[in-house]
Amino acid sequence: MDVITLSRLQFAVATYFHFLFVPLTLGLSILVAIMETRYVGTGDGEYKRMAKFWGKLFVINFALGVVTGITLEFQFGTNWSRYSRYVGDIFGSLLAIEASVAFFLESTFIGVWLFGWKRLSPKAHAVCIWLVAAASNVSAYWILVANSWMQHPVGYVIRNGRAELADFWAVVTQSYAVFMFLHVISAAYILSGFFVMGVSAYHLLRGRDVAFFKRSFRMAATFAVIFALAEIVIGDLHGKEMAKAQPAKAAATESVWETTKGAPMYLFVIPDEANERNKVEILGIPKLLSWVALGDKDGVYKGLKEWPKQDRPPVALTFWSFRIMVGLGLLLALVSVIAWLKRNNPDRSPVLLRLMVYSIPLPYLAAQLGWTVTEMGRQPWIVYGMMRTADAASRLAGSQVGISLAAFVVVYSLLGVACYYLIYRFASKGPEPIPAAVR
Amino acid sequence: MLETIWFLLWGVLWAVYFMLDGFDLGMGILAPFIAGDDTDRRVIYNSMGPFWDGNEVWLITAGGVTFAAFPTTYAVMFNALYTPLLLLLFALIFRAVALEFRGKIEGQGWRKLWDVCHFLGSFLPALLLGVAFANIFKGIPIDEEGMFQGNLFTLLNPYGLLGGILFVLLFLVHGALWLAIKAEGPLAEKAGKAAGLLWWPLLLVAVVFLAATWFATGLYGNYLANPALWLIPLVTVAALLVTRVLVARKAWWGAWFASSLTIVGATLFGVVGLYPNLFPSSLDPAYSLTIFNSSSSPLTLKIMLGVALTFVPIVIVYQIWVYYLFRGRVTSDDLASDEAY
Repeated sequence: MDVITLSRLQFAVATYFHFLFVPLTLGLSILVAIMETRYVGTGDGEYKRMAKFWGKLFVINFALGVVTGITLEFQFGTNWSRYSRYVGDIFGSLLAIEASVAFFLESTFIGVWLFGWKRLSPKAHAVCIWLVAAASNVSAYWILVANSWMQHPVGYVIRNGRAELADFWAVVTQSYAVFMFLHVISAAYILSGFFVMGVSAYHLLRGRDVAFFKRSFRMAATFAVIFALAEIVIGDLHGKEMAKAQPAKAAATESVWETTKGAPMYLFVIPDEANERNKVEILGIPKLLSWVALGDKDGVYKGLKEWPKQDRPPVALTFWSFRIMVGLGLLLALVSVIAWLKRNNPDRSPVLLRLMVYSIPLPYLAAQLGWTVTEMGRQPWIVYGMMRTADAASRLAGSQVGISLAAFVVVYSLLGVACYYLIYRFASKGPEPIPAAVR
Repeated sequence: MLETIWFLLWGVLWAVYFMLDGFDLGMGILAPFIAGDDTDRRVIYNSMGPFWDGNEVWLITAGGVTFAAFPTTYAVMFNALYTPLLLLLFALIFRAVALEFRGKIEGQGWRKLWDVCHFLGSFLPALLLGVAFANIFKGIPIDEEGMFQGNLFTLLNPYGLLGGILFVLLFLVHGALWLAIKAEGPLAEKAGKAAGLLWWPLLLVAVVFLAATWFATGLYGNYLANPALWLIPLVTVAALLVTRVLVARKAWWGAWFASSLTIVGATLFGVVGLYPNLFPSSLDPAYSLTIFNSSSSPLTLKIMLGVALTFVPIVIVYQIWVYYLFRGRVTSDDLASDEAY
């Protein structure tokens, strides 16, 4: 394998692994903050127990999210140095702003929150978890602004042999970034809602701490259903944005080969990349694709053949990832509506509870597939239309990257196992028996 | 001008990182030699408990600022130092995970495993950062395209290793002093004694390093050209001596501040000597990356300066508050809490 492929694989491993932990950090921090705020507002010790129990799972997950994020930042320099040199003027500053504005806040106050239960007033302590929650979500915004710039570069000029910043405001507020952010955080909140519902369901099935987990379930069900339904709209808006900014990626997500006016959407498609066509294409709904993607039922939807082969993303991978992600998104919306309808007495429906336990991995899968669409669909570009991935890598020896890739796989696997073992252990153990308020 | 301001900010970020995370790393290296039992271990881990995460972000920010203000240096440096940097990252991952995971399960094997990870996760970063900076002072074999003409062993030259040992000793003393402040009873005493003992090898290595720097690097050039700058190394050496005096008087806080000043001074001594280079080439000075040939556009530097001058002071204020909030010793009551490491 060549160095570029190895570096891409390494980045993919690091990103997928990082994003196993990020969404739960983004959403669970907010849920824990709400629980603790209720405790402060009502004085009900049960809410404090909830904040402590879910907070413990949050912290275990948080640690891995942080450390795996650092390796991503540094890999731009180690493995993608030509990219860093070319776009650092814009891309680097976004990462630096993220660190100074958000990452400091998040990392400092997680320590205060964790160790400060007895040193701070309940109100001040609750403020700490809100700061952590706000900082991690702000952090996500800056990172997604940086990623959006790779998808849809704006606000720059090519000068001195590199891309230089011309309009900071345009970079930071471009609609691509705004929709991507909304799309990602909604996904994160759905995932967190399903996580809390799933763990609660596990205990409700066994009849343990029923009041505690019913309350947790109820809160998470409301949280999840809001964002699962919102995600249908947001996902659609993000998709339209993508179709406008990255038509080749859009064509790959639907596996459309020929440019079509009033393009139909086929419910079942099997792409045949080698022959530039689809093997199977059935259940077409006329004009639906043009309407969904372009907002105009007679709009012209560009097919993949518009681009020479070397300018197209891998079709099958992008297509299947997109299809399954969308399917999972709709399924999760449906499940969250059912869960929400039964939110007051979920313990009376063992079938629902079992469904919720088994649903825990689904939003994780959807999120990973979403990143596959975003990043694979952008290929062969590292910055869409500006710089090719092939021109972006560091010049390293294959052995160097091969060894580090192997190290990443081994270390991350071990850490992943340890982390999920701990999460499983503490999640299945349930909350501490003595109400903390008694102390 | 903008480039120079950013260069100084860059140096300050590194200095603050070494000052803050230095004691975490130092305690991590010291732990196996000073901790008698599991309780001692837990005192050590909990004395960095509320701080280490926030401390580590100074490193991330130093990296981020290199990327933002000097992207070409970031690209060449990280590419050239590929293997040591990834080792550093893995080590820091293990340190962080060890802290979070160790206390979650009682088992002896489990805790031993994370103790080893924590030691390596503290020792390797201290050593690697020292080796890396000494090599940067000395110059790295990079060609005109910024390609690194060497391997990991090129960096492990005598001067580089000396820099590594210097960092390890600086952090050991710094960490021992922090533990003398935070621990109680015999452990605190042992830590204070360790700080006093380790100070001697630190003095020796510091003197040898300063002398070797004369022969191995061009750092003194700026000092000879601007004699006022001698103040930096003089204050640093004075701070190092004062550290020992305060250790003898068991004034732990004072000694820790003196040790902090030593670390900050040592970092600034190197950084000021380096100016205007960021990543000098040992093959030909013309290939060196300087603040002039590797910086970002004036617009980016200006915006970033606005961000840094707004947010870094805020960070400093809330981090000082955190240190104040958790200023006391780690007590058995702290260890009994459910959240303690």
